[in-house]
Amino acid sequence: MNSRSHYDVAIIGAGMSGLAAGIRLAHFGKRVCIFERHNTVGGLNSFYSIGGRKFDVGLHAMTNFVGPGVKGTPLGKLLRQLRITREEFALCEQKQSRIAFGPHGETSLRFTNDFGVLEGEVAAKFPAQIDGFRRLTALVRAYDNVSLDAPAVSAREQVRRHLTDPLLEQMLFCPLMYYGSASEHDMEFGQFVIMFKALFLEGFARPLDGVRVILRVLLDKYRAAGGERRMKCGVKHIVAHEGRAAALLLDNGEEISADHVLSSIGAPETARLVQSGHRLQPAPAPGRLSFVETITILDCPPAALGWGSDTIVFFNDSAKFDYACPADQVDPRSGVICLPNNFDYGPGLGLPEGIFRCTCLANYERWAHLPEETYRADKHRWYAALQHSAQRFLPKLPSTDAFTRATVTTDMFTPRTIAKFTGHLGGAIYGASEKNRPGRTDLANLYLCGTDQGFLGIVGAMLSGISMANFHILAKK
Amino acid sequence: MTKDDCKKLVLDIIADIAPDEDLTNVKPDVRLRDQLQLDSMDFLDIVMELRKRHGIEVPEADYLQLASLDSCANYLTPKFNALSAKS
Repeated sequence: MNSRSHYDVAIIGAGMSGLAAGIRLAHFGKRVCIFERHNTVGGLNSFYSIGGRKFDVGLHAMTNFVGPGVKGTPLGKLLRQLRITREEFALCEQKQSRIAFGPHGETSLRFTNDFGVLEGEVAAKFPAQIDGFRRLTALVRAYDNVSLDAPAVSAREQVRRHLTDPLLEQMLFCPLMYYGSASEHDMEFGQFVIMFKALFLEGFARPLDGVRVILRVLLDKYRAAGGERRMKCGVKHIVAHEGRAAALLLDNGEEISADHVLSSIGAPETARLVQSGHRLQPAPAPGRLSFVETITILDCPPAALGWGSDTIVFFNDSAKFDYACPADQVDPRSGVICLPNNFDYGPGLGLPEGIFRCTCLANYERWAHLPEETYRADKHRWYAALQHSAQRFLPKLPSTDAFTRATVTTDMFTPRTIAKFTGHLGGAIYGASEKNRPGRTDLANLYLCGTDQGFLGIVGAMLSGISMANFHILAKK
Repeated sequence: MTKDDCKKLVLDIIADIAPDEDLTNVKPDVRLRDQLQLDSMDFLDIVMELRKRHGIEVPEADYLQLASLDSCANYLTPKFNALSAKS
């Protein structure tokens, strides 16, 4: 009767955190299997092909970049823990990025992977604030953000102790929120610190071939360590018995069991899988922040349109910045432009086509239930609106139709796309606003990793998988 | 096994865990933490690699014994020798 498969560890979801956890566990001899509902790995940071062309989703840039020799940072810890060399990730640094505020980005702060550039920009544009900015930076550098149980404090309150100009405050929060905040209007200070370090004190980089390179390295390590993986094979239910995850019922009807279960799919999403006789604690509400993104493939590099060498531009068309779920389908007032061509790939190397990506906040409910025809029409309409909005923050085109003429093809994803392919409720990319640092659940052998554990960005996601595997499974007898 | 052999095995493990560290001048009597960038995650890895590669168990109460190369050798060499005597 008892012929079902048993593993030391079952991991739900083959995203960055699940793969990283899997590598650690398999490396140290655990029998591990990752169950993934989708047919590709990567979760929120993946890629898809349309018409023979590969599109990256999620990753604009890998944050947390530091050069060789800089130790004690998240990237260094990640490489060590997964036994990955710097050469394997082959990261290429950004050229320069900008935070642009005002109807046409009149106030801008340039930053690169050299923190001195941002510091100089603040000193030049907000001379009265530079001392406060330096005090804030010192506080961030000294803050212990790896502690798993630090008390929650408002980042806005902490920042206002040092900065008195609301414009500068908004300009600093804008990129940090766009690249990782699951909560509206404000962040928990620990999360602010993680993001400030990841974006400003460390920096942006990516491999020439994008997120696929990182995923390939992770998969190779996982396979070499002996890890198993079942694709197109999601977990339908977690069967709870006597306070433990006793079995996992798979989409195909099969049942398996494991000593430990690590779920990377999110806290409310995990809670929904649990079937149990007794009442569990209420799971956190799903997050409210979702996004639309347009991707435009160009027949020339963006620089040929006169757009310079910006890698990422965070824009907002007034002094007031609203990081919140919009009432309308999309909020085009602020957003993020990514020009993947503008990483420093080295002499003679570059992407074969120009790419222009633009991301804005969006409302899941306003997209989720539309009839197919309306959905397509709305996508079309918002595609145009986003291009118009974003291009206000880039140098003027040589002619009004230059962008349209250079366009080879376009694609766009919405909160509905995100919910469909990642399983995140409400298309909430950054998960629930309430994070669970220790990763514990009501069931003694079920732990969370990934987005809702609360480390941010793809480096954070991988470190989350690593630390939860270490803390709950490897460090135990 | 001599204490020097044992130190060599520990250094081999550290070289794999932290390939970005220069291990040519590690002083045996100075705490590893004071001369290399090793954090608690790295020490956990040393313990686990000892188990994986050599079948040596280091209980949590004894982690302090791994502070320096000398203390590693004093603590681990008898364990290695006991293990090879058994097999």
